[in-house]
Amino acid sequence: MAQHVVSAIKDRFPEAVVSDHAFRGDETVVVKREFLLEVCLFLRDDPAMDFKMPIDVCAVDYLGWKEPRFEVVYHLFSVTKRQRIRLKVEVDENDCVVPSCIAIWPGVDWFEREAWDMYGIVFAGHPKLLRILLYEEFEGHPLRKDYPQRGYQPLMPLPTLASEV
Amino acid sequence: MGSSPSHSSSGHAGKSDPFAPAPADRMVKVPRPRSDAEKLAPKQDDHLHTEYMQIAMGPSHPATHGTMQMILTLDGETVIDADVKIGYLHRGFEKMAEVSTYNQVIPYTDRLNYVSPLCNNVGWVLAVEKALGIDVPRRCKWIRMIVCELSRMSDHFTSIGAGALELGGFTPFLYCIQAREDVWDVTEEITGARLTTSYTRVGGLRHDLPEGFAERYAGMKAYILNLLKDADALLTRNRIFYDRMANVGVIDAATAVSLGFTGVCLRSTGVDYDVRTYAPYLLYNEVEFDVPVGKKGDNYDRYLCRVAEIHQALRIIDQCLEKIEPGPVNVADWNVVLPPKEAVYNSIEGMIAHFKIIMEGVKVPPGEVYGYIEGGNGELGYYLVSDGSGRPWRVKVRPPCFAVMQGLRQMIVGGNLADIVPTFDTLNMIGGEIDR
Repeated sequence: MAQHVVSAIKDRFPEAVVSDHAFRGDETVVVKREFLLEVCLFLRDDPAMDFKMPIDVCAVDYLGWKEPRFEVVYHLFSVTKRQRIRLKVEVDENDCVVPSCIAIWPGVDWFEREAWDMYGIVFAGHPKLLRILLYEEFEGHPLRKDYPQRGYQPLMPLPTLASEV
Repeated sequence: MGSSPSHSSSGHAGKSDPFAPAPADRMVKVPRPRSDAEKLAPKQDDHLHTEYMQIAMGPSHPATHGTMQMILTLDGETVIDADVKIGYLHRGFEKMAEVSTYNQVIPYTDRLNYVSPLCNNVGWVLAVEKALGIDVPRRCKWIRMIVCELSRMSDHFTSIGAGALELGGFTPFLYCIQAREDVWDVTEEITGARLTTSYTRVGGLRHDLPEGFAERYAGMKAYILNLLKDADALLTRNRIFYDRMANVGVIDAATAVSLGFTGVCLRSTGVDYDVRTYAPYLLYNEVEFDVPVGKKGDNYDRYLCRVAEIHQALRIIDQCLEKIEPGPVNVADWNVVLPPKEAVYNSIEGMIAHFKIIMEGVKVPPGEVYGYIEGGNGELGYYLVSDGSGRPWRVKVRPPCFAVMQGLRQMIVGGNLADIVPTFDTLNMIGGEIDR
């Protein structure tokens, strides 16, 4: 379905692509972190690609399954070309930093904040990388595989109106 | 380096800094968030002494149905800045899903968008079936389409009714909620529950449609069309309603696309993106329906799109009931669907299959899929990573509201304080879905 997108990325950035595969019709390209922004800009601006819509950004923790531990997954969609592509970036546990795509698609803002919130992945260049679903005082990142299913958090004082504003 | 001449000028040789920014002229300018002190600084060249005011709207405000908070900076009645905070209904859906079998996740999906639970049920099983690579019988597909469209109607009725209520129209609210009740009564006859439906199963449905469903549906359709006509007559040409809704909460198509808007909120800007027509799932390519689009992307367009979509949903259900064919609703594979009780109690194969599915879950081959459908508010996606066991390794829900609520700030800044409420309503945020 979007096989030509995969080959276009491979032609244009031969040294950026780590691997690619397709499963049940979903094409996936794993790119190196250094080239992420360039690949994203190409996907957004090239007239044959035209991926103007960021559908989803999320992280996956592969603890005990594969190395490196984390992957950040981008789902992109092109309304005009009716095509989809999945981009992935591998992230090492000791260097959980990925460049933020917020200047390419403003819509990734909250999705990146959620990935930071749940997995502790830093999106370098994000202007306001705060927790979004949890509260700022939360300890740890709950969707990591080493966070227990029933994790306990210290009690917090009730917020006052002044502290919320 | 050098193998591809097309981009040799961008200097990959010096890639020592992985975060070197891309060329500035191609990037969107991201505004730096202002500190509170900056926001509240007294205005310059202003001979009257006026100050900005910060107020917290929510989390328990009558208009923020679905709990969320907005920290507003106001200049009189004009909104200068807004900070939208969500997460009050977070309950760890994705963490719970990692220790549940694929069928055990279905009850959790009811609670995502709690106004249209059947869409979530269908979306989840379609994602799992995509990973499994199986195809369900045609009768099952028709029934799934019927329940999806019923759900979509209840979503739109809620949004229209609440929007009227927020502008002071109590009567249309009652009409719409009454219509939604009738939709939910029919839902209850199909599934046994109004909200916690859990109707679908991986590889099929819990059971077939009840007897006499077509007649029951025909009665409901006449009833809700009447109610919709009344609500429409009270609202659409109403001067007050029109003035409050038109040209308020405007967003243009390019911005909406770049923010990841889907569903009615995107279609109201004129982009006809609808998953049902762009990537038809189930049997949507065998029925005829129109995709209503707006022009301006304001609240009034979103309202009109929702009304039109209710009519289209009824049209789809009519065709489904015409074309539905008899047959089984489940796939005939005991690795996926529970065997009939007769086989469980009387044969060793049946009992083993039953035991394996209950205790270990349906085995999904390793891999990753993204399954998506058109939910009540837009594209509802499930990103699923499987390690080959009976439980998902990772589930990520892509809730349509999440992307839409990012745009709320843009839509209300510069407007009036009182216009926040109708704008917030027509986006139809559902707390259970956005916070998971």
